[in-house]
Amino acid sequence: MMINYYLSGNEACTEGAIRAGCRYFGGYPIGPSSGIMHRIAVRFKEVGGVFMQMEDELASIASVIGASWAGAKAMTATSGPGFSLMQEAIGYAAMTETPIVIVDVQRAGPSTGQAGRVASGDIMQARWGSHGDYQIIALSPWSAQEMYDQTINAFNLAEKYRVPVIVLSDGAVGHLRERVDVREKVELFDRLKKAGAAPFGTEEDDGVPPMPSFGEGEKLLVTGSTHDDYGVRKIYDSRVQEKLTSRLHNKIMNNREEIIEYEDYYLEDAEIVVVCYGFTGRSSLFAVEKMRKEGKKVGMLRLKTLWPFADRIVRDIGSKARKIFVPEMNKGQIAGEVMKHVSCDIIPYNQTNGEIIPPNVIIKELERLL
Amino acid sequence: MTRDIRKYLRPGIPPIPFCPGCGDRILLELILTAIDELGLNINDILFVSGIGCAAWIPSPHYNADTLHTIHGRALAFATGAKMFNPKLQVLVISGDGDLASSGGNHLIHAARRNIDLAVICANNMIYGQSGGQVASTTPIGISTATTVEGNIERPFDLCKLVEAAGATYVARYSVTQPSLLVSSIKKALQIEGFAFVEVISPCPAEFGRRNRLDTPEDTLKFFEDKCIMKGDAEGLSPEELKDKIITGEFSSGKS
Repeated sequence: MMINYYLSGNEACTEGAIRAGCRYFGGYPIGPSSGIMHRIAVRFKEVGGVFMQMEDELASIASVIGASWAGAKAMTATSGPGFSLMQEAIGYAAMTETPIVIVDVQRAGPSTGQAGRVASGDIMQARWGSHGDYQIIALSPWSAQEMYDQTINAFNLAEKYRVPVIVLSDGAVGHLRERVDVREKVELFDRLKKAGAAPFGTEEDDGVPPMPSFGEGEKLLVTGSTHDDYGVRKIYDSRVQEKLTSRLHNKIMNNREEIIEYEDYYLEDAEIVVVCYGFTGRSSLFAVEKMRKEGKKVGMLRLKTLWPFADRIVRDIGSKARKIFVPEMNKGQIAGEVMKHVSCDIIPYNQTNGEIIPPNVIIKELERLL
Repeated sequence: MTRDIRKYLRPGIPPIPFCPGCGDRILLELILTAIDELGLNINDILFVSGIGCAAWIPSPHYNADTLHTIHGRALAFATGAKMFNPKLQVLVISGDGDLASSGGNHLIHAARRNIDLAVICANNMIYGQSGGQVASTTPIGISTATTVEGNIERPFDLCKLVEAAGATYVARYSVTQPSLLVSSIKKALQIEGFAFVEVISPCPAEFGRRNRLDTPEDTLKFFEDKCIMKGDAEGLSPEELKDKIITGEFSSGKS
C-alpha cells in the first residue's frame, strides 16, 4: 500500500528519519536546513523521540554520537558553516565506528557566502573534511521523494557498516515541495549485537564488528585514540594503527558494490554522457530526454551515492562514450573524481553563482559538444 | 586509602600513567572511594571524559562503560547519552582545559539546562599533557611555557561561573582535603540536576617545575597552603584572600 503526501525535501527527510527509527536529534539553527529540525521538534512529540536544540553544531553532533552509543538511531542536520564545525566529530564517529546520520543541506559558500542560495560545494568536504584517513558514505538526493528514501537508506547503511552517513542535500532539494510516496513496508537494518564480542574488531569478511550500547554490562571502552579490538588505547603500536585504519577503509571500499546506487539513462549507444547528481540531475534528465527525442545520442548517469565513488560504472562509460559532461554547482569536485578513473574527454561545467543550472544551459553545452 | 579500590580497575590495563605526585592520580582513587562508600555498582555508571591528563582517570582505568571523547565536547556527548537513556548514571571527569576552555560553552549550557549529570573538573591550572601552557584557570603571575614572565590574564572562578549558569550543586575541594572531597563527590553523585565539583589537582611536572616548586611535595604543599575553607574566608578582606583558593560548597544541592 502506498500513501502520498505533499512535502518539502526537508520535511520528507524528517519523515524518512522517523520511519527509519531515528529517535534522537541534536541540532542548531542554520538555513537552509532548519526545516528538518522544526518538523523534528513537532513530530518527535508524537513518536516519542528525544530532540535537543544544542548550543552549537559542535555540541549537536557530539550529543548525537553520545546518543548513538546509548542505543539510539540518531541524526543531526546542518548547512555550510555548521557542517564545517562538525568535521572533527565526524572523524571521531568514523574512528569509533558510530552509526550516525548527518544531513548537510548545502548552501553557497565559502564561509557565510549566500546562506539562502544553492550550491554543491561540500562534496569534497564530506569526503575529506576531518583529519586523517577514513571512509564515510555520502548520498545525493535529487527530489523530496529521495530525501525520504535516502534518509532511510542512510540509517540502514550507518547501522550496517557502523559509519557516519552524510546526506548531501542542497537548498533547492530541501525547499522543493512535491509529492512523496510513502510505502507501508520499508526494509530496516538495526546494528548487530553480540554479547561479549569485541566491539572494535572482527574476523568476519565484512569487517564490521557488533556494537553494544552503554548500560548493557559490556564495560565499553570507546575512544578516538587508536585502539585494539576491545577499545584499549594503543598509542604507540604501529601494527594496531595500520590494522585499524585499514579495516575502517576496507569495510567500506570492499563493500562498495553493495553500497553504491546510481541511475543510468540511454547509456547503450550514448556518445556523450552527462554524469550528474543532486538537483542538477533534474535539469540534466530534462535536457537528455529532450535531445533523445531529437535523435541525439546523449546519455546520463545520475550518482545517488557520491562516496564511495561509483568507479566501476564510470570506467565503463569512459571506455564506450566519446565525451563525459559533468555539470556541477561547484568548481569541478566530481569532475576531478571522474578524471581519476577514465581517459576519454571530460568536460566540466561549473556554475557557482548561487543558482541551479537550468536545462537550457545543459542543452546548449551538449549541442556544442556533439 | 584503606579501602580496596583495585576491584574497580579494569584488568589487563598497563600501569597508570600519571607523573609522580600528580593530583589526578590521587583523584582517581578518591572518586572510586566515593563510589565504594555509596555502595554503587560501578557497572551502572557511564564515565565520560574529554582530552587531557584528567580524561585518563576513567578511561581506560575504570572497569565500566567509558566514553573518551574529543577535546572540549565531553559534556555534549554526555548530554546525548543521558537524554536518550535517562536510566544511565553519567559521571563526567575531565580537566579545566577540556571543560572550561575548549568546552566552556558546553559547561555553561549544561549548567543552564541543569541536566542530571555529575561533573568532576580536575583543575591543575595549566595544560599538563600538552606541555605546560597557560590555561584560562592559571593564577596571575604563574610561569608557564607560554607565559615565561608570568601570567597576566585573570583566571576563571569556575564555581562562580557554573553557579551563575544555574547548576544545582557546586563545590570546590582540593585533593589535599581528601575526606571533604570524597563527601562532596558522593553528594554530586546523589543529587538530581547538574552537580559540579571543581577539584584542585596539583601538577608537579608542569606547574610545579616551572614555578620553583622543585618536588611533588612542594607543589602539593603550595596548594594545601593556598586552600582556605569557605567559613574561614568569611570576614576576610579581598586583600587577605588575594592568593587564596576558597574551598567548600557554593550551591548546596537544593533544586
